[in-house]
Amino acid sequence: MTDEPLNLTPLDALHRELGGKMVPFAGYSMPVQYPAGILTEHLHCRAKAGLFDVSHMGQASLRGPGAAAALEALVPGDMIGLQPGRQKYTLLMTAEGTILDDLMVANLGEDHLFLVVNASRKHIDLPHIAAHLPKSVMLESHTDRALLALQGPEAVAVLSRFAPEVAAMPFMGFITTRLLGATCHISRSGYTGEDGYEISIPAEHATEIARALLAEPEVMPIGLGARDSLRLEAGLCLYGNDIDETTNPVEAALMWVMSKRRKTDWDFLGANKVRAMLEAGPPRKRVGIQPEGRAPARGHTEIRAPDGSHAGEITSGGFGPSCNAPVAMGYVRADLAAVGTALSLMVRGKPLPARVVALPFFPHRYVR
Amino acid sequence: MRYTKDHEWVSLAGTIATVGITNHAQDALGDVVFVELPEAGRDVEEGEACSVVESVKAASDVYSPLTGRVVEANQAIVDEPGLVNQAAESSAWFFKIELADPAAFDALMDAAAYQAFLETL
Repeated sequence: MTDEPLNLTPLDALHRELGGKMVPFAGYSMPVQYPAGILTEHLHCRAKAGLFDVSHMGQASLRGPGAAAALEALVPGDMIGLQPGRQKYTLLMTAEGTILDDLMVANLGEDHLFLVVNASRKHIDLPHIAAHLPKSVMLESHTDRALLALQGPEAVAVLSRFAPEVAAMPFMGFITTRLLGATCHISRSGYTGEDGYEISIPAEHATEIARALLAEPEVMPIGLGARDSLRLEAGLCLYGNDIDETTNPVEAALMWVMSKRRKTDWDFLGANKVRAMLEAGPPRKRVGIQPEGRAPARGHTEIRAPDGSHAGEITSGGFGPSCNAPVAMGYVRADLAAVGTALSLMVRGKPLPARVVALPFFPHRYVR
Repeated sequence: MRYTKDHEWVSLAGTIATVGITNHAQDALGDVVFVELPEAGRDVEEGEACSVVESVKAASDVYSPLTGRVVEANQAIVDEPGLVNQAAESSAWFFKIELADPAAFDALMDAAAYQAFLETL
């Protein structure tokens, strides 16, 4: 750890006013929970709507002729085919065919892509992207914007009161519109498995918009604790836990980010390594893991095969409030990755029975 | 009531000590979702990890504050871990131990000393 002061998001004073328990996260002071607590926040988000401050994440624009082609050199997804008004999940790659970060890319039209990257990786991602751009394409970091997520089945009803056009957006749709007079980028996406929106707001308008959303009866503020349990139940990867610079997208079960064209051309940074693993078969795979008892198995828990041999490691694990049971994901040897396979989790020196299950633990409820 | 720096509380009735976690501990942990307790009959040393309490956020060991033999564990908090958040210093006790040396109880922090300790954190 360094002694550098923590960065504050534009909503810092509001978090403190709401009683948020502030913790350091990726160099920022962030609320891990509010007085309601993680369980209540988690369940409220699945039942109604929750508001998350994710302003610590990196927002940037990639602009200029050939922006999509330039980004394709660094990611395995189809950026050239990404239509205006649409957003896509993709991966920044290393030359070794491993994952530098995962990110969202939206097409704003007129050779303008809008990127959202992880807080813990933005200082690596943005210089990496900038170093690989042709002269015609510029990267601009939006440090003057906040990012809010409004998630849950009532998110559409709430946000429609402020901007009726959001109701008609498809999953992964992206619009630029005005919210309480501020120009905002809104995507229909999130990190909870629920329907909802992520809203990029000029920093000076963020508190006013957050207060207005929180004043709606369906909305409760949600901290990082419930954000993590929600995304884990939804089977979504957390960079630094489930994927990192040692994981290849093939073993991470993220090859769905590649289009047919990109799997034909193999023309992104690290593509040869990804292709080689795809052809040889991955030595390990990311899977869902259901502990059979009540004891949660946390990250770094050793996984063993039925014969007692080493099988892998849990990368994310905890208690799933909506499942009312422990939930986990991790990497296991490829021969143990089939759904239903029995495993043991070494928790405090004792083997606990578990099995491989399909992800997600809690069904996605995206609008289609 | 006596307290430890590991945020356990202890009450004494004769030679039987009842042990739980403090309100400060349950508040810091957040929503408790899992508790593992020692079996009756287990001999425990002062400072030995003998229970586990897990919240949505994290797992934490609970230590035996004194040396003795476990005589009872509180099944109610295993069945309903959320009781620990509701009644940490009363009905949500963890376990009872028959003390090897009941006089050792007096060496633990009293309420004023524990409060002073909390203020140093």
